[in-house]
Amino acid sequence: MSKEITGSEALILSLLSEGVDTIFGYPGGAIMPVFDCLYDYRNKINHILVRHEQGATHAAEGYARTSGKVGVALVTSGPGATNTITGIADAMIDSTPMIVISGQVASSLLGSDAFQEADVVGISQPVTKWAYQIRRPQDIAWAVARAFYIAASGRPGPVLLDITKDAQFGKVANYEYKKASFIRSYQPIPEVNISAIEEAAKLINQAKKPYALVGQGVILGGAEKELLAFLEKAGVPAASTVLGLSAVPTDHPLHVGMLGMHGNLGPNKKTNECDVLIAIGMRFDDRVTGDLKTYAKQAKVIHFDIDPAEIDKNVYAHVKVLGDAKETLAAVTEKIEKNSHQEWLQEFRACDQREYDAVIKHELYPTTGQLKMGEVIRKVSEATDNKAVLVTDVGQHQMMGVRYFKYSQSRSVVTSGGLGTMGFGLPAAIGAKYGTPDRTICLFVGDGGIQMTIQELGVIMQYGVNVKIILLNNHFLGMVRQWQELFFEERYSETVMTNPDFVKISNAYNIPARKVETREELDEAIADMLNHDGAYLLDVQVETKGMVYPMMPAGTCVTNILLGNE
Amino acid sequence: MENKTLFTVTIFSENTAGLLSQVTSVFTRRQLNIETLSVSPSALEGIHKFTVTTFSTEEEIEKVVKQIDKKVDILKAYFNTDDELVHQEIALYKLATSEFLRIPSVEELIRKYNAQILDITETYVVIQKTGHYAETQSLFKELSGLIGVLQFIRSGRVAITKSKTERLSDMLQKLDKKQK
Repeated sequence: MSKEITGSEALILSLLSEGVDTIFGYPGGAIMPVFDCLYDYRNKINHILVRHEQGATHAAEGYARTSGKVGVALVTSGPGATNTITGIADAMIDSTPMIVISGQVASSLLGSDAFQEADVVGISQPVTKWAYQIRRPQDIAWAVARAFYIAASGRPGPVLLDITKDAQFGKVANYEYKKASFIRSYQPIPEVNISAIEEAAKLINQAKKPYALVGQGVILGGAEKELLAFLEKAGVPAASTVLGLSAVPTDHPLHVGMLGMHGNLGPNKKTNECDVLIAIGMRFDDRVTGDLKTYAKQAKVIHFDIDPAEIDKNVYAHVKVLGDAKETLAAVTEKIEKNSHQEWLQEFRACDQREYDAVIKHELYPTTGQLKMGEVIRKVSEATDNKAVLVTDVGQHQMMGVRYFKYSQSRSVVTSGGLGTMGFGLPAAIGAKYGTPDRTICLFVGDGGIQMTIQELGVIMQYGVNVKIILLNNHFLGMVRQWQELFFEERYSETVMTNPDFVKISNAYNIPARKVETREELDEAIADMLNHDGAYLLDVQVETKGMVYPMMPAGTCVTNILLGNE
Repeated sequence: MENKTLFTVTIFSENTAGLLSQVTSVFTRRQLNIETLSVSPSALEGIHKFTVTTFSTEEEIEKVVKQIDKKVDILKAYFNTDDELVHQEIALYKLATSEFLRIPSVEELIRKYNAQILDITETYVVIQKTGHYAETQSLFKELSGLIGVLQFIRSGRVAITKSKTERLSDMLQKLDKKQK
């Protein structure tokens, strides 16, 4: 191409070369040349105008999580850029591939405290995989190619590109786009060590009580099939972390449930009884391990991960299997013997029965009293044939959601796992829908979280985004209230909320809505919501002082599990 | 301090802006104080070398080094203990010329420490001493006691591993092959 184009056009063409079809953004002074250029390409790139830049990042995350592609957010300098930091940090800790493109003041003004200038590269560096400032139009194609390669390869994560206004206006003479596939200082996939594979296979073959912990690494690596082949051949019971959920279908006979503070009884307790612990693409978060001093001390640990920095970070691994799970799982599967551990599996099922009697029965099938979160979640999941995508905000409804929703295919959970970002849900649900337009998106959100990003209802209105919003409204900041009840002598400091009429708010955004107060009207309301062609909000009044059980109090042993009123 | 050792972390990086703060923030997050820090171009063109010393445990320093190594623009990071290194620091001492001339035993001190005089004016004398921390510190103490030190500055550590080749060059060769 010999004709001169602007830096802005180079940016748009570069995005198109990477297959970008959807961008979430918000214009402003320092990014106006790009938005002006976008106007010429509006038939090729679908730009979704969010209502706050934080929303753009969460929507980009939701898009990435359901589609497996890189999510893109486009914002202006200064406050536009700083508003993306929460979303960037969220994507970093949850390994979500995302590129945030921010405008920046002209390079001649850099460092002068110019209007809407913020050192966003400096601010974002601790929470990005890579952050780079582009000051010349001819660097745009190179930087975008690098950004996509870094965001999507190895352990994915967010990248920030900060583009000065003069680089957007400036001319590029010989624009050419070359995708990146090699960076000298960046080796995203470690080489597979055959002896580690052999050692792992040997341990698994000898194990009497092997136990697998499945993390999001399996989904990110597209290794769901390889995982199932491995689990089925070895006959290993498998539990999921919150973000690993849906890698294995809920009803798979070897799937024993969820790990963590509010995980299932069996998966947590058995961690301290297994003889070989096989961690796959998970990072032993403190919400999973509790007190590390008492965690799985009896077991030999095999850790599969793509990120060498995760190995031995929290839990020492006797066998360290570095590499892409798709490759390493297949290699180990080849070397193991066909096996079955029915008695061991039954031990999990016995725990399930105890948890069912103590907790689940009351949460899912109550007959009296106020509506419970769990029963609403179960009913919505069943009404969608367990085929919908679950999106959640953060808090009690989140833990109930991931516990009681059922998954029949991968990439069915979009939630803020590591950062625990309230306000994530609504914009993430919007992005999730763009990421997988054919699937039903069910957003569960609390009355606290929805109000942190409630302005994004405007996006749903403007673009007719079909998301089903189930507001589990207990008029409390429920999870904090739960901790206050359990650990702070019921001193309910600043957790009561006086809420607006959410049905009226929803209606003001032209989104049909219904308030649900009784058990009798729940089924019909859910059917109305799901049958409606378009977005719908259910304001479900749930019990004000509900509790999420089981609960392993923070920093205690995985066997120290509260079951409530057993 | 529970059994902390002085570790020297060596980092090779591409020559890109903003890397120093990325490196130091890894130490900050883990609440490790940086004792010394020195940054300069390495023997390999376009590659910078950081030498950082910090008190830590082996378990912790290993995690820190992995976190640093993970950064996109870092080529290689590793750590060593003192016995695996030849290392050096440089210190400058500014003394008052009047005192320097008045007290003859200063000369003995300079000889004893194998220090050098870099500059003499009517008002001040600048002495240079290279060596390990303990040596430069000991000279500082003796000079302070004897005639007083007007100004004192010490560099960060520079270090060379006792193993034969610079490990980075092997890695770069491998990477070159990989790219081709």
